[in-house]
Amino acid sequence: MTGRDVVFALLGVVAVGAGLLVVTTRQLVHAALWLVVSFGALAGCYLVLTAEFVAWVQVLIYVGAVVVLLLFGIMLTRAPVGPSEGLDSGNRRAALAVAAGTAALLVTVLVMGFRGTRLNDAPHCPPDATSCPARANGSAEHLGEAVFRTWVLPFEVLSVLLLAALVGAIVLSRTGLATRRDR
Amino acid sequence: MLEVVGRLALVAAAFAVLPLLVGQAEHKVMAHMQGRLGPMYAGAFHGWAQLVADGVKFAQKEDVVPAAADRRIFKLAPAVALVPYLLVLLVIPVGPHGQVALDLGPGVFFALAVMGVGVIGAIMAGWASANKYSLLGGMRVTAQLMSYELPMVFSAASVAMAAGTLSLSGIVEQWRWYWLPWQLVGGAVFFVAGLAELRRPPFDMPVADSEIIFGPYTEYGGLRFALFLLAEYAGIVVLCGLTTVLFLGGWKGPFLDGPLGWLWTLVKVFALAFAVIWFRVSYPRLREDQLQRLAWAWLVPLSLAQLALTGVLKVALG
Repeated sequence: MTGRDVVFALLGVVAVGAGLLVVTTRQLVHAALWLVVSFGALAGCYLVLTAEFVAWVQVLIYVGAVVVLLLFGIMLTRAPVGPSEGLDSGNRRAALAVAAGTAALLVTVLVMGFRGTRLNDAPHCPPDATSCPARANGSAEHLGEAVFRTWVLPFEVLSVLLLAALVGAIVLSRTGLATRRDR
Repeated sequence: MLEVVGRLALVAAAFAVLPLLVGQAEHKVMAHMQGRLGPMYAGAFHGWAQLVADGVKFAQKEDVVPAAADRRIFKLAPAVALVPYLLVLLVIPVGPHGQVALDLGPGVFFALAVMGVGVIGAIMAGWASANKYSLLGGMRVTAQLMSYELPMVFSAASVAMAAGTLSLSGIVEQWRWYWLPWQLVGGAVFFVAGLAELRRPPFDMPVADSEIIFGPYTEYGGLRFALFLLAEYAGIVVLCGLTTVLFLGGWKGPFLDGPLGWLWTLVKVFALAFAVIWFRVSYPRLREDQLQRLAWAWLVPLSLAQLALTGVLKVALG
């Protein structure tokens, strides 16, 4: 158990604890703010795993954009100070089952895929090199090479999927406008 | 160890002094541009101690939290607004050969990500005040952040692409004079988008004092309000510092760009801060729809064009 392990475990506890608070708190805006804490702790986990680039992108996209978008949505619809009633949907058990199933699936995939991997196995290092910090596993260089050389097809497919979702969202909102104008 | 402590102390000193200098400059520059004198009495010489006096006044005021407010978030918001700018100041290099408190690999992304977190402070303040004007202000802050974050990241990415590195010191090392025309559009987009993210005039719709009082800060007084003001000036320093490092070559200049290069950095930062104040005096406030139009119809396409130009030239020359 090294210091790194301890920090990772603590950050994990914070991330999971904040995540639990997101779904149990009775105040809508607090849930979004606990999400900030959870994402921040997750970024800390990435940092401990030397994935600096992923960590800061996590903060930029999830804290800086996704949570802000959530907050905007909440403030636009209803944002009472204090606990709101009717936040429980009554589907607790089903939600718990789905969450446990998803977690089990993800953990299994990760363990099966990366069981033997060690953090400092930088694949581009010559075997006699003691360290090659510029090409550590999580560096932007390594990540860029992996995404745009080895995994470029899944990356592009994902982009197309997101584009399709975007176009779909626009189509849905535009058709709403058109029918209203027809009337 | 001692060196690290020394650097942190220097950053803390810069964080304490530079925003005050910008604030005082704003008092005086704005006054002279409008044909007035500005503060003249505090500290005897041209009112240099005005902000110190303001600080003392703020500290003496009563600490008021509205009865209907969400107390914890209301009290936490000023810290969330201020601390991120301190963190960004840590990674801005002021001179060559490691004159930076913390040389991060993906420094550009760190700076942009943490600056985005600072805005959450204003959103929290807007919501937790339990005041309609504050809530409106908070929503405007949110809308503004969402539209201006994108062009900012694009134009920063363009420089990172040109330099071939994400490290802030690395970018300045790679910088050459011809980057000025090459990255001109990106630099302008970055600066304007940054101003919008800081909610500085002419992008001060969220705090528009003549229509929604002071937006998210309406209910704040005393030290907490002072912290928000400090966050605004610290934000100006950070934005000018980032623009200097990314687009104006940081510590590089026609002469003296050795160990004394940090003087160039300071000169450029203050020149940009002067421009920030100048904008405030020159332009009327943009309306909400004009704000959104500027972001989506001008800044995003311009930054994408800059990104394409950078890529094409990089491939053609490299």
